[in-house]
Amino acid sequence: MISDIILTTLINGSTYALLAIGFSLIFGVARIVNIAHTAFYMVAAYCIFFGTHRLGMHPVLAMLMALIVVVLLGLICYKLFIEPIREHEAAVLIATIALAMIFQEVMLLIFKGDYRTVPPLVPGYMDLAGVKIGYQQLLTIAAALIILAGVWAFLIKTRLGLAIRSTAQDREVANLMGMNEARVAMLTLAVSVGIAALTGAVVLPLTVLNPHMWMAPLIMMMAVVVLGGLGSLKGSFAGAFILAFSEALVVFLIPKGAFLRESVALSIMILVLLLRPEGLFGVYFEEER
Amino acid sequence: MKNLKLLFVIFLAFFLVATTGLPVWSADTIKIGVIGPMNFTQGKGHWNGALMAQDEINAAGGVQVGNKKMKIELVKADSNEFLSMTDATNAMELLLTRNKVDFVVGGFRTEAVLAMQDIAMDYKTIFLGCGAATKKICDRVGEDYDRYKYWFRITPFNNIFLARTNFIHLATVAGIMRKTLGIQKPKVAIVGEKQAWVEAMITAAEATIPKLGMEVAGVWRPSQTATDVTAELSAIQRSGAHIAFTIFSASVGVTFAKQVGELKIPIAQVGINVEAQKDGFWEATGGMGNYVMTMNTYARDVEYNEFTKPFVHGYIKKFGEVPTYTADTHSAILILSEAIKRAGSLDADKIVGELEKTDLTGSSGRLKFDKNHDPVWGPGYLTSLGVQWQDGKLVGVWPNKWKATKDAPEITYKGIVSYKLPPWFIEAYKK
Repeated sequence: MISDIILTTLINGSTYALLAIGFSLIFGVARIVNIAHTAFYMVAAYCIFFGTHRLGMHPVLAMLMALIVVVLLGLICYKLFIEPIREHEAAVLIATIALAMIFQEVMLLIFKGDYRTVPPLVPGYMDLAGVKIGYQQLLTIAAALIILAGVWAFLIKTRLGLAIRSTAQDREVANLMGMNEARVAMLTLAVSVGIAALTGAVVLPLTVLNPHMWMAPLIMMMAVVVLGGLGSLKGSFAGAFILAFSEALVVFLIPKGAFLRESVALSIMILVLLLRPEGLFGVYFEEER
Repeated sequence: MKNLKLLFVIFLAFFLVATTGLPVWSADTIKIGVIGPMNFTQGKGHWNGALMAQDEINAAGGVQVGNKKMKIELVKADSNEFLSMTDATNAMELLLTRNKVDFVVGGFRTEAVLAMQDIAMDYKTIFLGCGAATKKICDRVGEDYDRYKYWFRITPFNNIFLARTNFIHLATVAGIMRKTLGIQKPKVAIVGEKQAWVEAMITAAEATIPKLGMEVAGVWRPSQTATDVTAELSAIQRSGAHIAFTIFSASVGVTFAKQVGELKIPIAQVGINVEAQKDGFWEATGGMGNYVMTMNTYARDVEYNEFTKPFVHGYIKKFGEVPTYTADTHSAILILSEAIKRAGSLDADKIVGELEKTDLTGSSGRLKFDKNHDPVWGPGYLTSLGVQWQDGKLVGVWPNKWKATKDAPEITYKGIVSYKLPPWFIEAYKK
């Protein structure tokens, strides 16, 4: 059973980590609570489905197309809906909820509510420590870890990464040092939704596509981010695996209560917050001056 | 100028009356509200079945009401009940107050139907349910007849009989396992989504499975919208289960079947999987849903009686797919029109009396109501089918030489074929 729990934790944890890091990134840099983050993930999944099933594209090409479409869509949404109200955090939050609902309804109109799937890139499975694990699941774990490493390298090694990190630390000082804070925020949003699109791409073959698929991961993603500490990438990474582990424990130890996995994960989050309000790797944001 | 103002006021009043839909000019039509989750297959079934009934009745000149013929006019209402209960109740309120329908057919999710039922009863409007299975919905008729007598369930039969039918399917598959693979006491994993209608079935399954010579390996309750059940599947496999007794009405049915197929988990899936009842299931699971068995109302080549084929083939011709059970709005409207004809008026109380006398053989069997306005189950009445996905085709596999009691005659509907165990299951358990 231990091997089952570890493998389940790795698979779900890497997906949550990918989503949470993208969400955390844009919050850390621009204080944008992008509720539509997982809706971008859903749009990417539909783009890949459309590319492979309707246009007959190769899955990898469809993934590339999805990435481009979602990043462009993210930038358009930022310019039209978010930038004009950016200084009002509550308004941004509500605007992004509206955006998510719009995406959902548009997908429902185009693709209807039917459930759809795409075939795995690598079909088949292997027996690992007595647990059947699909090659696609292994691929997803590997892809998630590579993407996470890529994001890490991007933030640490590149000039834009440096700009993003410094803006995340102190927007005003970054501005005073000559960085175009608005531009950095826009580019960060592009990176953030790009990660959401990539998550959609790697997770899609494992999941069932429908216009409401953005809701469940949204709750878990926000729980991960809050647990790890708002704006902390390290925290998001750790939080993702902690919550995935708690979910796996519920499913394996209380099978009758498998539907409680999210509730238990959220309870753990609340418990941690009671003991450590800033989250596990909490970042105290300076008061806006 | 004054006259012009008056003329404007008259025009405005005329416009308001026209758009708020007072039924002054539609007196020669019977308005039937069709309510369901219209963006989903279940709602599409509701609407398509109703459309077929409307076309058939109107083509024959309409419904005889007293000494005049009245045409059927359908009003579509999207209950969005998978996502929002408020949307469902609002849709019902709109049907009854703005559209002023005479009757309502449809509904799917128990939680939503209970709320919509109350609204319809407030307005003393006949509501023919075509989706929700919970017994409690009909029990209300017995508990408070004067209030709930306007409710009748057309399909499916209630969850107690759904469970009973499923246990017969389960025993049939267990019998095949005993006979072909020598598994004397198959272990059964009960896997039910977390929804109200499932509760009673799980309790019944836990009590009945041991009596059928099987063993309960455990109970798993994934969320109805779970997009990943690999953890549950690992646990089920560890439990040594041979059969997964599934109770699914939502998307988890696709997830579960797909992941069982992908990982070749050695279990046979038997039970209810509403998603597997649809033609789109094969595509939705990418072919991984092969060998899934579910109960269903219709299958492409299976005939209960002489009325099944014309309905199923007519439906396929018109809508390009096999009807799901919610398309029995077709039967609902035919039964209703017969009751109206007999009552000779649109008076709800008179029609209730006539509906209670219903004894009609339709495309899915013979329909008769019990005292709670629930359809009667059993041989000679409604039985439903056991269907299985076999290499991309949904075929009927039950009833196949089924005897309801020792002395009862064998029942096999026309077009039934043999059940098949998944090859990877046979591989895992062959001696």
